[in-house]
Amino acid sequence: MDKQGFFGNWGGAYIPEVLHQTFQELNAEFTKCKNDPAFWQEYVELMSTYSCRPTPLTHAENLSRHFGGAQIYIKREDLNHTGAHKANNVMGQGLLVKRMGKKRVIAETGAGQHGMATATMAAKFGLACTIYMGEEDVRRQRPNVFWMEKMGATVVPVTDGSRTLKDAINEAFRDWVTNVDETHYVFGTVCGPHPFPEMVAWFQSIIGLEAAEQIIKYHGKMPARIFACVGGGSNAMGIFKRFIPEDNVELVGVEAGGHGIATGLHAVRLSGTDASPGVAQGYKTMFLQDSDGQMKETHSVAAGLDYVGVSPILADLWEKGRVRFEAATDTEVMAALDLTMKKEGLIPALESTHAFVQAFKEAPRLTPDDAIIINMSGRGDKDIFTIAHAFNDPSWKEFIIKRGLEYSQDK
Amino acid sequence: MQLEQQLRDRLKKKDILLMTHIVLGYPSFDTNREVIRQMVANGVDCIEMQIPFSEPMADGPVIVRANQEALRNGTRVADCLAFSAEMTATHDIPFLFMTYYNIIFKYGEKAFFAKAKACGIKGFIVPDLPPEEGESFLQLAAEYEIAPILIFAPTSTDERMRVLASHGQGFIYCVARRGVTGVKSVIGQDVVEYLKRCRQATSLPLAVGFGIQDRDDVSALIGKADMAVIGSQTIRLVDEQGAGLVGPFIAGLR
Repeated sequence: MDKQGFFGNWGGAYIPEVLHQTFQELNAEFTKCKNDPAFWQEYVELMSTYSCRPTPLTHAENLSRHFGGAQIYIKREDLNHTGAHKANNVMGQGLLVKRMGKKRVIAETGAGQHGMATATMAAKFGLACTIYMGEEDVRRQRPNVFWMEKMGATVVPVTDGSRTLKDAINEAFRDWVTNVDETHYVFGTVCGPHPFPEMVAWFQSIIGLEAAEQIIKYHGKMPARIFACVGGGSNAMGIFKRFIPEDNVELVGVEAGGHGIATGLHAVRLSGTDASPGVAQGYKTMFLQDSDGQMKETHSVAAGLDYVGVSPILADLWEKGRVRFEAATDTEVMAALDLTMKKEGLIPALESTHAFVQAFKEAPRLTPDDAIIINMSGRGDKDIFTIAHAFNDPSWKEFIIKRGLEYSQDK
Repeated sequence: MQLEQQLRDRLKKKDILLMTHIVLGYPSFDTNREVIRQMVANGVDCIEMQIPFSEPMADGPVIVRANQEALRNGTRVADCLAFSAEMTATHDIPFLFMTYYNIIFKYGEKAFFAKAKACGIKGFIVPDLPPEEGESFLQLAAEYEIAPILIFAPTSTDERMRVLASHGQGFIYCVARRGVTGVKSVIGQDVVEYLKRCRQATSLPLAVGFGIQDRDDVSALIGKADMAVIGSQTIRLVDEQGAGLVGPFIAGLR
C-alpha cells in the first residue's frame, strides 16, 4: 500500500467530512488489532467455534476425471456458518466493534449473504442491526430476508437508483452519517473508503492461509492456478492474498458476464473494456460509467456480482498483471452449476459458480500433475428460487403454485 | 478572495445572507431558469447549482430523487455547463457548482476548472472530496481563482476545523448536524456552541444549512453565522406548488 490507503493508483478515502473523525478512530483501532497477535488468535478461535474453520479443501475427483486435466480442488467457504465466506469479515469486524464500544451495526447486502452474516453477528454480540438491500435484490433473495428478520435485524429495501448493491451502499452511508456516534458500518467487501479494502482483505485472508497449507498437504506443492469470482472482490482477495508472493501460482478472477459483454448487460469491470477510472462510494477504481461519470446499470444472474465497481486492491493487481480477469455468462453459469451438482453433489452459489465456469474451461489444458483451486465462496441453497426458475423446473413450479393457493385460501 | 469579497460586500447591507440550492435539469432547465430568476429578484445572495450524479451519497431523499429525475430526463454535464454560463451572464450574484468528485474527475480536473472559469463560476462544493484527496484540486482552485468551499461538520474537532479552514476559500459550509441534507432540525444550544467553534476556527464567512423552512429559522442564525442555506425546501415547494411560489417564499425569509 502506498500513500493513505492507496494501492497503486486506486483506493483512497473520499468521504464526507462528517465521517472524518469516525474513520480516524476506525483506522487507529484497526492498526492496533493488526499489530496485536492476540487479536488474530481471538479471531481464529471465534471462527473455529462459531463458524466452521478451517473449512475443508475438497478434492473434486469426478470433475477432475471428467475434464481429464488438472486436479480440481474446491475450497469450501460454503461450509461457514450462514453459508458463505462473508462470515469471516463480519465476525472480524464484530470483534472490532466490541473493542470500539459501538452499540449498533449497519450493512449493505447484495445477495443477502453479507446481511445474513451481519445479522447473526449482531445477534451473537447483542447489537442493534439494520440491513440495507436493494429492492431488486430483496425480490431475488427472499429467503435471506426472511432469516435476517428472524434474527432480529431490520431489513430496509432501497428503492433508489438501480435498486441493487451500489444503491444499498449509498443508503447505508446515509444512515452512517446520521448515526455515526453509536453505529459501525460493517462494510461487506474489499471496496469503499480506506481502511475497508485493507481490513476486509485482512479478515478474509484466512481463506488463503488455510488453502495454502491444505494444498501442500494433499497435493504436495503449490497449485498452478486459483479461480475466484469477483463482485466487489472479497472472496477473491481472501484466497489470493496468501498466494500473491508465489510467482508460479496464477490468480484468476472471474466477473459476471451477464447476458454477454456485447449486450451491455453485465458487470465486467476488469476483463472487458467498458469500465474506466472513477471515484464513487468513497474510493477510486475502475467503474462501469458513462462519459459524464454517471454509473451504469449492471446485470448478473448472481446478485452478489451485480456491482459497478471493484476492489482497488484487485484493480492494482490487474494493472500490474498479477491477477488475470475473465468473465462467465449467465448461461455458462447454469451449465457449470448443473455439472457440479451432478458430478460432485455440491451446490455452489450462483456467484461462486462463475469461478467454476472458468476453471472448467482451463482444467483440460493442464496436466494431472497440476492442481487448481476453485474458491466456492458460498452455497447455492439460498438461490433456490432463482435456480429453479432458471432451470424452469416443472415440479418446483407446481409446488409454488400449490403453496400460493394454500396461502391465498388462508386469507 | 473574489467570492469572499462579494459576500462581504453584501454583508455590509444585510445582517444575514441567503444561499439557495438548485439541482440542474430538475425538473427541467426551463424551471431552473424561472426559479433562479425569482430567487435573484427576491434577494438571494448566492446560488449553488448541483450537477446531478448517479450516486449522491451525502444527500437526503428530496435531493437524491431530484438527481435521479434530472438524469432520467437526459441531463448531461455539458448542458449544465452551458446553462451555468447563461445564468452568470444574466444575474449579478455569485454562482457555485455543487457536485460529487467523479463528475469533475471524469471531465478532467484541469479541463473542468477551465470550463467553469469560462462559465463565470465562483466556487465549488464537493462533499466527497476531503482536502487529503484534493491536492491537485486545491492547486487548480488557486490557479483558476475558483473558491474551494470546505465543509465543517459537528464531528470535526477544533484542530480539524483549522486544517480545513487553511485549505478553504470563499466561505465555510457548516453542516449543522449529523445526517443527510433536507431534514429539519432546530437551533439548540449544541448548534450555537458548534457555530462558536466554527467561528473560532476561521475568519471566513460561515454558511449554515439545517433544513431551513421559514423566517424564524433564518433569523435564529443572525449573529451566529453569515449565510443561511436553503436546500431541499425550495425543491419541495416547486414539486408541490410549482415554480411561481419560490419568489414569495424567498421574500418571506428575511
